[in-house]
Amino acid sequence: MHRYIIKRLLFLIPTVLGVTLIIFFVMNVTPGNPGRMILGPNATAAEVEAMNEELGYNNPVIVRWFNYLKGIVTEGDFGQSYTTKLNVFDELWPRFLITLRLAILVLLLSVCIGVPLGILSAVKQNSLMDTIPTMIAFFLAAVPSFVVGILLMYVFALKLNWFPSFGLKSTRHYVLPVIAATICELSAYLRFTKSSMLESIRQDYVRTARAKGVAERTVIWKHALKNALLPVVTSIGMRFGCLLAGMVTTEQLFSIPGVGSLIVQSISTKDEPMVIGCAVMVSICFTLLMIGVDLVYAFIDPRIRAKYSKRR
Amino acid sequence: MTENNAPARSAIDLLNDGEDINFKRPSQVKEILRRLKKNKGAMIGLFLLIFIILVVILADVIATYEVGVVQIPDNRLAHMSAEHPLGCDSYGRDVLSRLVHGARNSLLVAVAASISSCLFGCTLGAIAGYFGGKVDMLIMRALDIFMSIPDLLFTMVVVAALGSSIPVLIIAMTLAYFTNYVRLVRSGVLNLVDQEYVEAARAGGSSSARIIISHIIPNTLGIILVNVTLNVSSLVIYQSTLSFIGLSLPAPAPEWGSMLASARVDMLRAPLLVLFPALAIILTAFSVNLLGDGLRDAMDPRLRN
Amino acid sequence: MNNTEKMLDIKNLSVIYKTDLETVYAVNDVSLSLEKGATLGLVGETGAGKTTLALTLMRLLPERTGKVTNGSITFEGDSIVDLPEARMRKIRGDKIAMIFQDPMTSLNPVLTVGDQIAEALIVHNEKGLTKEQIDARVDETLTLVGIPPARKNDYPHQFSGGMRQRVVIAIALSCEPDLLIADEPTTALDVTIQAQVLMMIRDLRDRLGTSMIMITHDLGIVAQTCDNVAVMYAGEIIEVGTAEDIFTKSVHHPYTDGLFASLPNLKSKTARLQPIAGLMPDPTNLPKGCKFAPRCTKCMDICKEVPPEVFTDGTHSIRCHLYCQGKED
Repeated sequence: MHRYIIKRLLFLIPTVLGVTLIIFFVMNVTPGNPGRMILGPNATAAEVEAMNEELGYNNPVIVRWFNYLKGIVTEGDFGQSYTTKLNVFDELWPRFLITLRLAILVLLLSVCIGVPLGILSAVKQNSLMDTIPTMIAFFLAAVPSFVVGILLMYVFALKLNWFPSFGLKSTRHYVLPVIAATICELSAYLRFTKSSMLESIRQDYVRTARAKGVAERTVIWKHALKNALLPVVTSIGMRFGCLLAGMVTTEQLFSIPGVGSLIVQSISTKDEPMVIGCAVMVSICFTLLMIGVDLVYAFIDPRIRAKYSKRR
Repeated sequence: MTENNAPARSAIDLLNDGEDINFKRPSQVKEILRRLKKNKGAMIGLFLLIFIILVVILADVIATYEVGVVQIPDNRLAHMSAEHPLGCDSYGRDVLSRLVHGARNSLLVAVAASISSCLFGCTLGAIAGYFGGKVDMLIMRALDIFMSIPDLLFTMVVVAALGSSIPVLIIAMTLAYFTNYVRLVRSGVLNLVDQEYVEAARAGGSSSARIIISHIIPNTLGIILVNVTLNVSSLVIYQSTLSFIGLSLPAPAPEWGSMLASARVDMLRAPLLVLFPALAIILTAFSVNLLGDGLRDAMDPRLRN
Repeated sequence: MNNTEKMLDIKNLSVIYKTDLETVYAVNDVSLSLEKGATLGLVGETGAGKTTLALTLMRLLPERTGKVTNGSITFEGDSIVDLPEARMRKIRGDKIAMIFQDPMTSLNPVLTVGDQIAEALIVHNEKGLTKEQIDARVDETLTLVGIPPARKNDYPHQFSGGMRQRVVIAIALSCEPDLLIADEPTTALDVTIQAQVLMMIRDLRDRLGTSMIMITHDLGIVAQTCDNVAVMYAGEIIEVGTAEDIFTKSVHHPYTDGLFASLPNLKSKTARLQPIAGLMPDPTNLPKGCKFAPRCTKCMDICKEVPPEVFTDGTHSIRCHLYCQGKED
């Protein structure tokens, strides 16, 4: 088991290298001119050139990538923002935490509601417990979360004035953004839990259990569920990554200073170090989460557990 | 999301306990079409989709592009009238025109990205699965790393680097959606490579590429087709998301997402301005989902049992 | 034959699978019976309805699609078709047990094999066995099927195909059932292991005095294990008799003849194996006359129009116009 954990953690290194390289490469497909951006239109060409040289911008992409990584590893330095001149990490970290907190809230709510609903609708297939949630989830699959957000904002913030419509100062501020993001997220959880559960119920080993005379309840909870949860755990991990980035619409809509709106803002000001910093940070978080998912997987599935415990 | 990778099945499989067997039956394609025609949801989806496609084709007849982009201060938040059937937005632009020309942008980008991500992903998956060994390892490892960047984040980075235009959007969205196909086709190929008829084709002197195209691709075609269809729907939403956060086509190009973003400012005074683009997005995505779901059921009716 | 000796009596049983789009006629008007301690071989191609028949006996047909439309099944005095679910659960696994076809998918991958064997014992624990006694019984059952009891804490993926099938058999035997249904227990296994597993099933049956239904498409297996044989085609029993009737008599249904012709024969020199031409009829749209008529080499005009009656000669019955007509002549 330790071997497995170490092996998965080591995978973090090529991932971070790869992610930064990909992002660096993409950002440099078209040549930029950060010196001009920083100094403004009134600076002379020579000043701009000197600035570019100072930033190391004239070096090839690979060299700059290497220097960037060296900065992160040796000093935890993610570079300096072109627009605010502040340290990228200092600016990014608090906003990242805000997004993370929101995303975790949404994740918890969606898992706690969506997964049981999915199981229920698979078990009670074709009853009202199945058709109603399934139909609602099917419809919500066609609704972007920001549309739900706008609707909630219109009704509960603007018309009824029950909740604030922007910012994140108090608990009340969290209600609308979290619900808006949860509603669509939840319906996705319902759908993939249901289909995984249905698939599992259809397996031969479930029939074997029934043939033993096992009560239907035990068949579902003991035999079908554990197997059905394996793909669900993976899907939850995958979706959480998308959720972290996807919070951007909620952040924009409710004017929340999260990492998503920071990226959008940095893109519009062409603040390259900030864009790269945000992207790298979110990707690392996502990778760590996927490692966690793999560990949970190994815990549930004896096939994976056995592969690594033998060599211990 | 690919929920099930099973090939075409029917009630007959219940009899055979899932084993393949040849009965005297009508051809598979005919059978799938017959089941699809019986599926009310899919037919409604198809009908709505044809309507939307007609709107896209006839966009210029319904409303000229100019009234949707030229700002006329006198028309700010104008109510519905014969001249402006759905009224005007807060810049005095005709909403109907923006809606129908926005449909053109949305569908064009979504369909193009769905198809190109399929072609790109399938090619890569076929290469990885067929050649195996180091090629496979290289592709899959690169894919693992690539997939550690959340889709939307990567798309934002691409748009940040290349600026926003229709080709850039298609490329960015292709890169966000191709990964599923790589895994799908790769595992399909891995399952099939060992099977006898591929051995036979190889022994018969067929080239690798030929074997992939003539034997392996047709076997996974059903699932791929369902995926391409369903992806159009999520790509419509994806693009509206980009456009909502201001990273899609630059203003004043008509787009549903940006229409929503600008309409929400005047939401209290003109709630209908939010309603129209929201309905357009939902209707399009919903009808594609209906069709795609029906297609999947027609190919694998066991899912509905 | 006396009715009281029969432990299982199936009368005019018909089963369909019905989905929104089509109806598959899986079992059509099947009547069979089984005496205590006897073994019945059920022979036919894949898709002939053998597994459906077995699942009907266990009442494990897919809930929403599978339906018994006609007929009755009497097992030890109980009517299987009408029994309430709670009573049926008591029979399943305890009185009737089933060995499934594919050992690779029939075991739950996340539970140890010991747990999976013990489960049936725990569910049917009427004698009030203690945990230790159940444990001992699991060890005993594993030994019976030739697996060292020490391996009971292993998971299915740690076993080979043949060993897994032994586990599946151990699950079926754990409660010492009165009737054992073996659904092609060896098709998924290598030939060498097939013989081993088959021999084991036969030995266990003899030792425990269990009645058995052996479902197979392999006439060799039937010859080795069965007292009676029923041949199934397109959901119907087209020929039934003692093993002697089927293997030594010269009068057969043309389909049974076809099955024999498609087997290699070591004793006489066969120039070429004769496969049965054509495919099974579409089970959603069966021919209205004899189901085998489209493929039959001895097909007559009447075969295409009228379903044949059963011709009976002692223990031997054949559903074919050839013999019914012969009687009239």
